[in-house]
Amino acid sequence: MRTPPGISEVEFSTALQAFANVVGKEWVFTSDEDLHTYRDAYSPLRNEPDERVASAAVAPRSVEEVQEIVRIANRFSIPLYAISTGRNLGYGGSAPNYSGSVVVDLKRMNRVIEVNDSNHYAIVEPGVSYFDLYNYCREKKLKVWLDVPDPGWGSLVGNALDHGVGHTASRFRNHFDAHCGMEVVLPSGELLRTGMGAMPKSQTWAQYKLGLGPVVDGLFSQSNMGIVTKMGFWLMPEPEAFLQGKVMVRRYDDLHDLVEVLKYVENMAIAPGAPEMASPLLGAGGDTKTLVDIFLNGPPQLDRNHSELIAAAELGYSRKLEQYGLDNNIPYWSFHVSFYGPRKVVEAQWEAVQDIMTERVSDAIFQAHDVVTDRDEAVRKAEVYAQNMGVPNLEFFALGTRGGGLPPTRGHLFFSPVIPQSAEGILEANRVFNKAVNDIPLLQQVPMFNLRPFSLPTAFYERCFLLVLGFPVLDDPAINKATVAAFRELIRIGAEHGWGEYRTSPIFQDQVMQTYSFNDNALLRFHETIKDALDPNGILSPGRYGIWPQNLRGTKP
Amino acid sequence: MKKVLLISILALSLTSCGSRKEAADDQAKETLAPQASAGKQVFDKWCAYCHGKGERFPGTVSLAVKYGEDLPAALEEREDLTPETVSLFVRQGVYSMPPFRKTEITDEELAALGAYLSHTENLADDAEGVVPPELQ
Ligand SMILES: Cc1cc2nc3c(=O)[nH]c(=O)nc-3n(C[C@H](O)[C@H](O)[C@H](O)COP(=O)(O)OP(=O)(O)OC[C@H]3O[C@@H](n4cnc5c(N)ncnc54)[C@H](O)[C@@H]3O)c2cc1C
Ligand code: HEC
Repeated sequence: MRTPPGISEVEFSTALQAFANVVGKEWVFTSDEDLHTYRDAYSPLRNEPDERVASAAVAPRSVEEVQEIVRIANRFSIPLYAISTGRNLGYGGSAPNYSGSVVVDLKRMNRVIEVNDSNHYAIVEPGVSYFDLYNYCREKKLKVWLDVPDPGWGSLVGNALDHGVGHTASRFRNHFDAHCGMEVVLPSGELLRTGMGAMPKSQTWAQYKLGLGPVVDGLFSQSNMGIVTKMGFWLMPEPEAFLQGKVMVRRYDDLHDLVEVLKYVENMAIAPGAPEMASPLLGAGGDTKTLVDIFLNGPPQLDRNHSELIAAAELGYSRKLEQYGLDNNIPYWSFHVSFYGPRKVVEAQWEAVQDIMTERVSDAIFQAHDVVTDRDEAVRKAEVYAQNMGVPNLEFFALGTRGGGLPPTRGHLFFSPVIPQSAEGILEANRVFNKAVNDIPLLQQVPMFNLRPFSLPTAFYERCFLLVLGFPVLDDPAINKATVAAFRELIRIGAEHGWGEYRTSPIFQDQVMQTYSFNDNALLRFHETIKDALDPNGILSPGRYGIWPQNLRGTKP
Repeated sequence: MKKVLLISILALSLTSCGSRKEAADDQAKETLAPQASAGKQVFDKWCAYCHGKGERFPGTVSLAVKYGEDLPAALEEREDLTPETVSLFVRQGVYSMPPFRKTEITDEELAALGAYLSHTENLADDAEGVVPPELQ
């Protein structure tokens, strides 16, 4: 029997019996087969001594059951680890930070509490997936669109709590920002509601975010201060039309103007959809659909001459390559924009974007899909990415399969630092990480995607770029080990330049938290102060995002 | 026992967008879903997003490469799957497909899914008493 560190088998059995009394014994899992399903399926440390694994899992059905579990954990000093749908693949999956924790699996709490298509919001429990909510809205013919990430099986709550992002308009893509009101079981077992939920008779739980006094919602994201049992989310009213266009420029130096326009049109709310960048000439980056098409069908075959020019380019540039692009009408850079609203409005927005771009780069090129007014048909034709219209699927999971003639993998890790939203930011990040790969032998030993020939950042978050580099996880422990070391090196190099990860796997969370170190780690020390006050026994998700409870600080793995 | 299973599956949302390629198929599903077998419903809820018939389903695309002409790429068209194989992959996972937990697919639902994909459903449905033990 696996037990939490420092807990005897007898104590643990008593605690498990107490959990079973609350949820029923069929919802307490301790066998190896069952616990296998709670491992991080994409872990680079699989079967290594430092793989993070649970000692048991318990699956409550109601808030009261969650409260009871937390009280029992306090009584027996059992570390818990809460997940919603537990599909945080690429960022740690469902495995706990602290090995031996008992996973509290909230998947069975899957009630849609309310969807309101007059005020445009939803209130859901943690087990509700994007698929669930999408289907619910379809069945009830509700006039709202969701904002969904690539994995449709993810939880609105779990995704938002780990600072996940989606694909539609800026106001909805940042899932944590799009939430409005939450209900939380505190580490003591007490129940808290934030925002207007704190007022017993309010009907505005999902209408006014701030409530009164300090806004504490953020304390429950990327943290271990409570188990969230309900969350409200703002939704987009179903738009009459959707339009997607592509802005392209021909020269290397046009990147500066392109990024200036990208920022202006988004921050001015002219082009609210995720601006996804690519370099057609370098065959790099791309909107998500182009990437998924590559995972499914393989990369487009380039002319040999073209490939050689790309390979010889430095920082994505050579005069000859640029000339090749100009001669063959292949743009250097591009970004996608999308628009939601009445047909007249989306057409006018697209026209405005073209004017603004042309003003800066007179020979910019534009291309648009037909205006979409029938979303189902557009999804079926697969011309635009379904997620851009709020329709969930699992297409992105073609990554790592045999599709596209690429070698299959057991998963991947994402290195994803926040970099400044400017052309100089993009160039500098490419310069620094390329130099690192040239200089540091370790970085040459591991497969890495999206760095060469040039890395275009994603702009899913407003106002900044995320540079996302991927590492495949293989069945070769030596390569995986080297990958983990290389990842750590990139975190260090990024931090030297002020580029911090927006989110990361448990195995890197201590290191990344240490990079947010202003004033002798004032921020982490503040988190620890709060942690000690709320969770004196240190039972809830010890170590999440580097926040260790008093009893484990200093001894952390 | 079977009745409970059916109700609990119906309580889960009835999928209407598993197969996105054919309009007709989608509509048919919306109207037919309530009558679809328990195993088919589990498949549509959990597997069809990756193993549907079409060109944009990661599992199907990958299996097309794995088997080429030897076997159909779509799981529903396979004749060689046994409940044991299905359950092994569902609880173990492979490549980008992670294992599924009992909070997602219960053992009962997995048995129904195995019966559906091994085309032994009618056996399980019709003949109470002669149901193979692993499907009970
Ligand atoms: C191919 C691929 C594509 C991806 N694309 C995207 C994408 O487009 N956008 C994106 O955001 N992510 C993406 N991801 C990352 C990840 O898969 C998703 O973010 C996913 O939604 C997270 O899993 P989940 O929703 O099941 O959350 P969970 O795994 O349930 O939760 C994540 C973490 O949050 C905490 N937590 C969860 N629930 C609670 C709770 N109720 N109380 C307290 N703490 C809690 C836990 O620490 C938990 O581990 C992608 C991953 C892969 C492999
Ligand atoms: C995220 C996508 C995804 C989901 C969801 C998914 N699978 Fe898979 N499945 C895959 C991939 C990828 C493979 C590996 C294909 C390969 O080996 O090339 C696979 C392989 C399999 C295999 C092995 C087939 C063989 O002959 O090798 C079985 C059986 C299977 N899946 C069943 C299921 C069932 C049943 C479900 C639903 C409970 C399911 N899968 C859900 C992606 C998925």
